[in-house]
Amino acid sequence: MSAAAVCLATMGAIVAFGTAVGFRAGARVRMDLEQWTVGGRGFGVVLVFLLMAGEVYTTFAFLGASGWAYSRGGPTLYVPAYLTLAYVVSFFILPQLWELGRRHGMQTQADFFAQRYGNRTLAALVCVVGLVCFVPYLVLQLAGVGIIVSVASYGEVGRTTAMTAAALLLVAFVFASGVRAVAWVSVVKDVLMVLAALAIGIGVPLRHFGGIGPMFAALAAAHPTHLTMPGATHNLGHAWYISTVMLTGLGFYMWPHTFGSVFTANSADTLRRNAVVMPLYTLTLAFVFFAGFAAVLIVPHLPDGDLAMLTVVRQSFPPWFLGVVGGAGALTAMVPAAILILAAASLFAKNLVRALLVPSMSDQSVARLARAMVVVLGLVSLLLAVFSSSTLVALLLTGYAGVSQFFPGVLLGLYSRRVTGAAVLAGLAVGVATALTLMLTHHDPLCGVSAGFVALCLNFAVTLAAIPFTRKPT
Amino acid sequence: MAQLPGTSPARRPSLAAVALALIPCTAMCFTVPLWDRLTPFVCGLPFNLFWLIGWVLVTPLFMWGAYRCEAARHRADGSDP
Repeated sequence: MSAAAVCLATMGAIVAFGTAVGFRAGARVRMDLEQWTVGGRGFGVVLVFLLMAGEVYTTFAFLGASGWAYSRGGPTLYVPAYLTLAYVVSFFILPQLWELGRRHGMQTQADFFAQRYGNRTLAALVCVVGLVCFVPYLVLQLAGVGIIVSVASYGEVGRTTAMTAAALLLVAFVFASGVRAVAWVSVVKDVLMVLAALAIGIGVPLRHFGGIGPMFAALAAAHPTHLTMPGATHNLGHAWYISTVMLTGLGFYMWPHTFGSVFTANSADTLRRNAVVMPLYTLTLAFVFFAGFAAVLIVPHLPDGDLAMLTVVRQSFPPWFLGVVGGAGALTAMVPAAILILAAASLFAKNLVRALLVPSMSDQSVARLARAMVVVLGLVSLLLAVFSSSTLVALLLTGYAGVSQFFPGVLLGLYSRRVTGAAVLAGLAVGVATALTLMLTHHDPLCGVSAGFVALCLNFAVTLAAIPFTRKPT
Repeated sequence: MAQLPGTSPARRPSLAAVALALIPCTAMCFTVPLWDRLTPFVCGLPFNLFWLIGWVLVTPLFMWGAYRCEAARHRADGSDP
């Protein structure tokens, strides 16, 4: 058997195994979206930890973070910083959100905005922005699968073919199973990912340089500026680092699906304790970085940094190991993508179309519309993935610039008695418009500051300024 | 859906908990110009990477402190700890 065949066979076996585990676990429980999103509000510390930790280990953490370590250098350090700070911030947001959710039976992010502010336009805008931000996230996952399959097949399967296959599989997976299975597939992929990251992060430097220390010494000697900011870029300096860490740290739990995972916990205290220990989970990222940095010396001049991790694995390990890494990586991309696509489709059909436009819609029509949306979203993401050349990190940051704009509405909604729906709406509209304009006109970063952060500051300012004008006289 | 009458916003966290949480934020984010440097290498790692990994490790200690502050307050008024 050729190396590519061994590798693809191992990969296929792992994906099949993960899927089978998932179907077996899911077969016993009938899960609809509500069941999945809130899990009966019965998850304890361990399950919530697994669920939330699983959200960290996406294709992005694996390929994107190492890809940036390879192609950008120092600026990639924003990743462990933002994840840690996201958990610190979550300590002050999530337990309070959970309390409110329990009191008022909230299940989704749209529920929070609709019930806290009683403003339909605001709830609709939150839905639309959430949906639009899902798209780069989905594109990211599909692009990840494309990269994995094309490297793992030693170039025999093209990236477009791989992404098309992934998108078809994804839509089929969603149609066939809904979201049963997700928690257990997450466990399988997390275990594989952590083991793979450790093996790669320690093994690659050891094999090529005799250890992690000598690897960094060699890198520092060959490229003295690569390891600090702005690294291999000219505009990602310290101002960019601070603004991006703040933007993404505040935005981490503002994604519609991470926000929803809050309501799975069985108590506010579970969330508080989770926030204390979660930062440790980001440690694995250090090993992902080691591999990305080692690749700078081992496989220089790759056309695309996102290829770095897998290419260096291909050069350093036997084909079956590349297959294991590729399989874990593919599961890592497929599972979140399936959840996202289903969550987005349901959000669209239920919270947007039925709740706000056609209240008389029957349950069957909602389900039909949601299924149609699954296909539409799959296609749109596939087209964007094929035709866009952005790196995985750039895609993720685009989504963050959007979802982070929910933060003022959430923070003030929890802690301020004076805030009004109209003020939050004004701030959100200004924030999203600013982020969009700056990014579409290629002004990100703006004077060295992340465009999404500029938009978030404006959003906060507009919201606070609008409160006195939008309050009803009492 | 009308605005929830009497949706009381969440109780604000104690000052001590916020202060404890600000320590890792300051160390990992705002002070970046002070520690974003290659040397001295520590444990074979460039200084900036070592600094971040070190703070990832100790952040749970600060948050555990914040947790103690909050838990004590919740116990004191008899609400869900």
